[in-house]
Amino acid sequence: MWDALQLEFMRNAVTAGLLVSLICGVLGTLVVVNRIVFISGGIAHAAYGGIGVALYFGVSPALGATVFSVVISMVMGVASIKSKERADTIIGVVWALGMALGIIFTELTPGYNVDLMSYLFGSILSVPGSDIWYMLSLNLVVLLFVFYFYKELVAMSYDEEFSFVVGIPVRALYFVLLGLISLSVVMIIRVVGLILVIALLTIPPFIAEKYTGSLGKMMVLASLLSMVFTLAGLWVSYQFNLASGATIIMVAGVGFFLSLAIDAVAARRRPR
Amino acid sequence: MEQALSQHAEPVASGPYAIEVERVCFSYEKTEVLKEVSFRLKQGEFLGIIGPNGGGKTTLVRLMLGLLRPDRGTIRILGMEPNAASRRVGYVPQSMDLSRAFPISVMEVALMGRLSRSGIGKRYTREDRKKARQALEKVGMWEHRHKHIGKLSGGQKQRVFIARALATDPELLFLDEPTASVDPEFQGSLYDILEELNKQVTIVVITHDIGVVSSYMKSIACVNKHFIFHEGSQITQEMIDIAYQCPVDLIAHGLPHRVLHSHEGE
Repeated sequence: MWDALQLEFMRNAVTAGLLVSLICGVLGTLVVVNRIVFISGGIAHAAYGGIGVALYFGVSPALGATVFSVVISMVMGVASIKSKERADTIIGVVWALGMALGIIFTELTPGYNVDLMSYLFGSILSVPGSDIWYMLSLNLVVLLFVFYFYKELVAMSYDEEFSFVVGIPVRALYFVLLGLISLSVVMIIRVVGLILVIALLTIPPFIAEKYTGSLGKMMVLASLLSMVFTLAGLWVSYQFNLASGATIIMVAGVGFFLSLAIDAVAARRRPR
Repeated sequence: MEQALSQHAEPVASGPYAIEVERVCFSYEKTEVLKEVSFRLKQGEFLGIIGPNGGGKTTLVRLMLGLLRPDRGTIRILGMEPNAASRRVGYVPQSMDLSRAFPISVMEVALMGRLSRSGIGKRYTREDRKKARQALEKVGMWEHRHKHIGKLSGGQKQRVFIARALATDPELLFLDEPTASVDPEFQGSLYDILEELNKQVTIVVITHDIGVVSSYMKSIACVNKHFIFHEGSQITQEMIDIAYQCPVDLIAHGLPHRVLHSHEGE
């Protein structure tokens, strides 16, 4: 592994893994406590539409995915507010339409694009240096946002109605949050692919929530867990020559079930 | 005699009124919930709202808080639009089906009451912490301040939400069935707290407990699509008829005073 770190692509992979973990811990926490996991999944999958369209017109797929997922996240945000009872249906439809659009446009694009698989399943080993800078700046923006609006985010996430009554701009915060999620999703796609985004966004916060007493601590622990999963997954995939994205998610999955098992054991001991 | 509440449309004169509701109608989809509701509530009042489930009590409160908008009619809270007045209003919501897993301490929840006073993007000040502490002490939850809110019992949680509303330093306080999940022992002390608070604050409480209404509140209203107000803390037969749509016997179980007028010849 240490030899591997001599290689630039491996150094980039580790850096990207750490940066993505940080953002997954922080935003994933907000995704989990605000119960917007489904919307986040929708954004990630619909982003595929943007990738397809961008390929067809010969624009950077990352740019296509970014623009597309931001627009989609706003549409889904409006749907979730306007039509509360059927929001999940609408999100599911947009999710599928986005993917369908992507598939059709890639098919229309002359020549088969190998790069496509990397969007579905991630390619942490081929993250270029320019992406690292994008990840770094996005991390900065997300951290500043969360730091500045921390108490408002806590209040909104815990009790949206009360927060509205006391004059917090919950709508605005909600849409900014969705926007940041969609920007981050494009970045996380780089590492684990759009199909696996949800796992990395939700497993670490889910585990962290049980062992922390505040949203801030939950974010920190979720980020650390995410780093452990990502680096361990990367190492396993390197050792056994497995797909890196899928291996990272498998490691996170093991962590997930391990935490459930620990809970079960603890629960059995407690009543005595 | 000056009427605390009037059912007639009069020229709007803001100032002495905490709440002015004029000909408000509201429906969910096609179901009419409130029809032509009009009343005025003077500052310093202590109003109890009773009525059957689904009669529109909570909807009326949500309209006054600006969480819902009326289909027709106008609402003024402290002479302002409900949303504009929200910073001067405290609120204890009804059902507390908030996530039990959410990592937040009792103190943090109480501090949420200070959100309307402290600027957005600022940290809570020492003053905010003092107010939250006083509110928690009032409801007897200060010693639990570090506890995770999800680990509390229903009654304890309700106390914390009451503390959160008190920490707001409101001019007008809405409580939606505040004693629903609270132990009987705290019920009395809650109303003692509210009675004390009522010296400075206008209070509106939705409740099912008719006994409490008559012993603590200055006036009573009954909501069942329509709004019937009765100044003074006696429940009229009209209210009971509208509220429950069937004959109800009100028996005063050791209450401080009678709820109903004595029948003639009794």
